Amino acid sequence: MTQRHIRLNVNGQPREGDASPRKLLVDFLREDLGLTGTHAGCEHGVCGACTVVFDGEAVRSCLLFAVQAEGAAISTVESLADGETLHVLQQSFHECHALQCGFCTPGILMSMSVFLSECPAPTEQQVREALSGTLCRCTGYQNIVRAVQLAATRLAATRLAATRLAAK
Amino acid sequence: MKGHRFIGTNQPRLEDRRLLTGAGKFVGDVRLPGMVSAALLRSQEAHARIRAIDASGALALPGVLAVFTAQDLGEVGGIPMRLAPREALQKCFQKPLASDRVRYVGEPLALVVAVDRYVAEDALELIDVSLESLPPVADVELGRGRDAAVLHASLGGNVAEHIVMRVGDPEGALARSAIRLSERFRIQRHTGIPMETRGLLASYDRGTDIVTIWGAAKVPHFNRQILADLLGRAESTVHMIETDVGGGFGVRGEFYPEDFLVPWAAIALGRPVQWIEDRREHMSAANHSREQVHHVEVGVRHDGTIEAMVTRAAHDMGAYIRTNGFVVPERAAAFVPGPYRMRNFLSEVDCVMTTKTPTGSYRGPGRFEAAFVRERTIDLIARELRLDPAEVRRRNFVQPAEMPYNVGTKAFGHDVIYDSGDYPRLFEQALERVGYEALRAEQATARAQGRFMGIGLATFVEKTGVGPWETARVRIDGSGFVTVYSGVTSVGQGMETVLAQICAEQLGVAPEKIIVRHGDTAVIPLGAGAYGSRGTVTGGSALWDAAGQVRDKLLQLAAHRLEVSADELELREGTVMLPGTDLSMTFRELARAALPGQPMPPGMEPGLDISAYYVVKETTCPYGVHVAVVDVDAELGVARVRKYLMAYDIGVAVNPMLVEGQLVGGFAQGLGGALLEELVYSDEAQLLTGSFMDYLLPTSMEMPSQIDVVLTQDAPSPHNALGLKGAGEGGTVAVGAAIANAVADALAPLGIRVTALPLSPNAIFELIRAARKAG
Amino acid sequence: MKPPAFEYRDPRTREEAIALLAEHGEAAKILAGGQSLVPMLNLRLLRPEYLVDINRVAGLSFIEVKGGELAIGACTRQRAIERSELVRRTCPLLHEAMPFIAHFQIRSRGTIGGSLSHADPAAELPTVVTALGGRFVLRSVRGERVVSAADFYTGFLSTALRPDELLTEIRVPIPPVQTGCAFMEVSRRHGDFALAAVAVLVRFDQDGRCAFVRLVVAGVHGVPFRSADTEASLIGTKLLPEDAENASRLMAAELEPISDLHASADYRRQAARVLARRALECAALRARSHAEAGT
Ligand SMILES: Cc1cc2nc3c(=O)[nH]c(=O)nc-3n(C[C@H](O)[C@H](O)[C@H](O)COP(=O)(O)OP(=O)(O)OC[C@H]3O[C@@H](n4cnc5c(N)ncnc54)[C@H](O)[C@@H]3O)c2cc1C
Repeated sequence: MTQRHIRLNVNGQPREGDASPRKLLVDFLREDLGLTGTHAGCEHGVCGACTVVFDGEAVRSCLLFAVQAEGAAISTVESLADGETLHVLQQSFHECHALQCGFCTPGILMSMSVFLSECPAPTEQQVREALSGTLCRCTGYQNIVRAVQLAATRLAATRLAATRLAAK
Repeated sequence: MKGHRFIGTNQPRLEDRRLLTGAGKFVGDVRLPGMVSAALLRSQEAHARIRAIDASGALALPGVLAVFTAQDLGEVGGIPMRLAPREALQKCFQKPLASDRVRYVGEPLALVVAVDRYVAEDALELIDVSLESLPPVADVELGRGRDAAVLHASLGGNVAEHIVMRVGDPEGALARSAIRLSERFRIQRHTGIPMETRGLLASYDRGTDIVTIWGAAKVPHFNRQILADLLGRAESTVHMIETDVGGGFGVRGEFYPEDFLVPWAAIALGRPVQWIEDRREHMSAANHSREQVHHVEVGVRHDGTIEAMVTRAAHDMGAYIRTNGFVVPERAAAFVPGPYRMRNFLSEVDCVMTTKTPTGSYRGPGRFEAAFVRERTIDLIARELRLDPAEVRRRNFVQPAEMPYNVGTKAFGHDVIYDSGDYPRLFEQALERVGYEALRAEQATARAQGRFMGIGLATFVEKTGVGPWETARVRIDGSGFVTVYSGVTSVGQGMETVLAQICAEQLGVAPEKIIVRHGDTAVIPLGAGAYGSRGTVTGGSALWDAAGQVRDKLLQLAAHRLEVSADELELREGTVMLPGTDLSMTFRELARAALPGQPMPPGMEPGLDISAYYVVKETTCPYGVHVAVVDVDAELGVARVRKYLMAYDIGVAVNPMLVEGQLVGGFAQGLGGALLEELVYSDEAQLLTGSFMDYLLPTSMEMPSQIDVVLTQDAPSPHNALGLKGAGEGGTVAVGAAIANAVADALAPLGIRVTALPLSPNAIFELIRAARKAG
Repeated sequence: MKPPAFEYRDPRTREEAIALLAEHGEAAKILAGGQSLVPMLNLRLLRPEYLVDINRVAGLSFIEVKGGELAIGACTRQRAIERSELVRRTCPLLHEAMPFIAHFQIRSRGTIGGSLSHADPAAELPTVVTALGGRFVLRSVRGERVVSAADFYTGFLSTALRPDELLTEIRVPIPPVQTGCAFMEVSRRHGDFALAAVAVLVRFDQDGRCAFVRLVVAGVHGVPFRSADTEASLIGTKLLPEDAENASRLMAAELEPISDLHASADYRRQAARVLARRALECAALRARSHAEAGT
């Protein structure tokens, strides 16, 4: 079981570390890179608490080995806020009371950030379907659905403003 | 409440920012230098005698520090009951590691400590355990029988306790009743399943002789006491630290075997030991709940008035009596009557030991079960008498003029007394809001078209603000900042925000400016914790008192210094001022003015630091109504909840947004219990639902998109200054009942009998098949 | 729930990959999306000595049309198939079934080849590919062979794949445009494996009579279940609701369903029958509307 040296990009920064092949990506992020915002809730791919963005796709970091991330670009919840300013999704979650214990929240945020980039004006049904890949035991999802819809509206407004600005 | 500035507002949560940005600290996020990792060897057999455990293979593995078995622990006591201990039950307490027998799949046999969790798990596979199988006891009803193997020999059988609650003359009234109905009901084993599994990190400092434990939750102070007792050391040398907690739901934070083993190992090895439960462990190691079978008989008049109700139940305790003791079966027995007048009532419960995971409380303990039994029974009456189920409920409600109402049952040795409420009023409000008449009309149309739509009602009375007491301390420090030290804990429900709001109200400081500390036993010497929907009621009441005293002291002190009358002064944003003048003193100035040796009004003690206790004499009883609307695909047996309404009288809502969040979240758990979740055991008492592939939590797709909450504040509690009642469990308790009633109502044309949960497609298919066979 | 130790290989070419498989045989496991394999490793249900990660192997991820067939590389992500306009146009049945597989966060890693090779009896893809008459391209150092879906699925969780073989590609004949298709499923929750699922393809002749029908059921037998008798009974009918009803009864009578925690054999038989009837009706409707649109 030889260790491998891994180089990757995490949250816009080049990072590296050594890991044995069996080390799960979620453990590597948390233990070796100190990014404890990503949580492990089931370690068999169901709950989605460990969801991160891996080369642009929302994936379970408990079902990937760290060695597979060689050369990859990963974003975790720590990348969302811009300094003190919360990301639109985070702000919407805050306002809509879309989190309680907050354990599942990082996975949901990362998952929804990918979802909204692909589906910028989702229906409630589409939000629910996308959300069904991550479990939350506290909120009953209702406020999460609202928060994602609110974030979508806000993102659309920002985009509109940006295109208007560009047109001028 | 009128005139309040912060209480009653939808204050956004103060906890959110850290949790949204990944800066929260859950126990698994805490790392210490030199930390090592633990894993438990758990029994794979349900019931067996332990012949031998050979750890030599594991010890030989590089990276393994130690393997501990029961022998290594020496004489250590069983884990005691936290609540209402009883002598006889000590025979069923669990030792941290099994020594001679295992009694459930998942019972700890040995603790491995290694450099990391990967190696620790490798080591588990190298431990040889030799077991001699004993007969399993998988079925709660059969477990009572003469033929069943006995789990705890000194108990003489498997019935650890027989609970009886009797009101009036149930047998006589039943015999005299015009109409008698009977049914057998079953509530399946399921449980809390927080998204964060349990976890602990323990570190021992040989110099100070203090053992520090991160990952305490729910009841850190009780657990400190238990641990200190089991380790034979002073409480003051045990330091519990509550980190962020990923959901509790009654399950998390109780004292489990690991809560002894991890600190013990840290002391033994002199190194920080971390144990993070994995999901597979959690499924068989953390408390299960809810499994009961009831045989119900009810006697009614022709108009639907209940004359007598008798229920005889078997409650599955699992293999050991855990910290919750008999809370669940006792509550189930005591809360069967609910909001209905039952002057002749009998509830008997056998608490049965089985070779399955021990059970404890889960959100709405006993009440989820009781509501299912009661509300299904009401619907049986309605069907038998061809009455609208709403009408039968109306005819049986306890009336507002009867408050306070003594049910006649007991919980923790205290009479169950409903403090205040107008049940008929809330019921009518709920029906009106949901459009009950219109739904019935829609149902008629659906039926004419061969579609199966059902409407289910369920009502309940809750018991919140559970005792025994709670503490709060408010301190204004030298910088003028306000810190609240509370004995309650947070399991993710937003306690910090609610407490800040209550303190803000007294001191006139914005909630965002108030620092709330909780769950650290070195900082807060005494506390009770988070259970029984108690945080806001008990912690809030203690805090209201403490902050009120600080307020008075600030006013007195400022009046003394400014040489004005305290009555004329006001508190505003961290200053005490005389309106219309420039006379004022900041909290910071006052904090310094209150230091020892400063001039004080006569008789005033120095310091702006006041503690208060709130002792619970009577619990508070919020109440509610749930209405479920379901559509059933009868061919596939699939029930979908289309719409759900919860009406709840909270007394006084400190933060209505958080109360709604509690109700909707609680509902999701109830929906899981109604349709999806079951901890299934084989006849050999093997757990068959050991992962999230088989134990099914509701997702956003199973939740109805129409969830309506009607939050009323008609009946403040007379038992505390603010009129508070709790909110933690009212979303959960009636869901099994309401959904089951709705499914039964939908399929009424087929004549099915809904008597058990969960209503899976397979279960509904079987019910329809049975009805076809019968009729 | 940490995986046991293994040696890790990440070949870059098919040749390297199959050479590794030839070298290590039964001791090696192919790692594709890992969405089935890694949970089993984390639960320590498997302990391969070697993992051969094919995610970096060139030329295993593509979706293209080759000679009337839709060809999909084995390592193509399920999410890519779901997004593919080409798949939607040429093979609507496959497109329709994709959202039933787990959740998008799983499909973004999970591969078509992984799902087909894993051969879970309740998985959607094996049934869909069977209904479509797909073929599997298997490569080893011994050469290449092409196996039909019917021959590929040999039993519960078992396939014709030999330990040294790599599934490289799936080829699916593109159904004529007038084909109507339907995929229906019942599961405990959205995204769960099927308690029963049905894939149907239907074509009518000029007279509106059923000229071709394919009915395959998932989740009920150890392998995708196809009833030739049932299909034969429908040929020449107008596929009216009573024909669908009769056919689904005929099919259900042939079933010997599996039984597990989530559903009994009897439930599965009933669910398969009901879904078959509904899917046949739906596919017939679609085929008719294609025909109308065409004329
Ligand atoms: C929470 C969850 C829910 C899921 N729900 C569903 C569902 O509803 N329906 C469903 O169908 N699936 C479901 N899946 C499984 C998912 O679709 C997997 O992606 C799929 O079954 C396996 O694909 P993979 O690429 O991940 O393969 P892997 O997990 O990497 O491999 C699976 C098996 O196939 C072998 N293998 C992989 N590729 C090849 C190849 N090219 N040649 C030979 N052998 C190969 C591997 O050695 C391994 O034995 C679920 C998974 C999860 C975690």
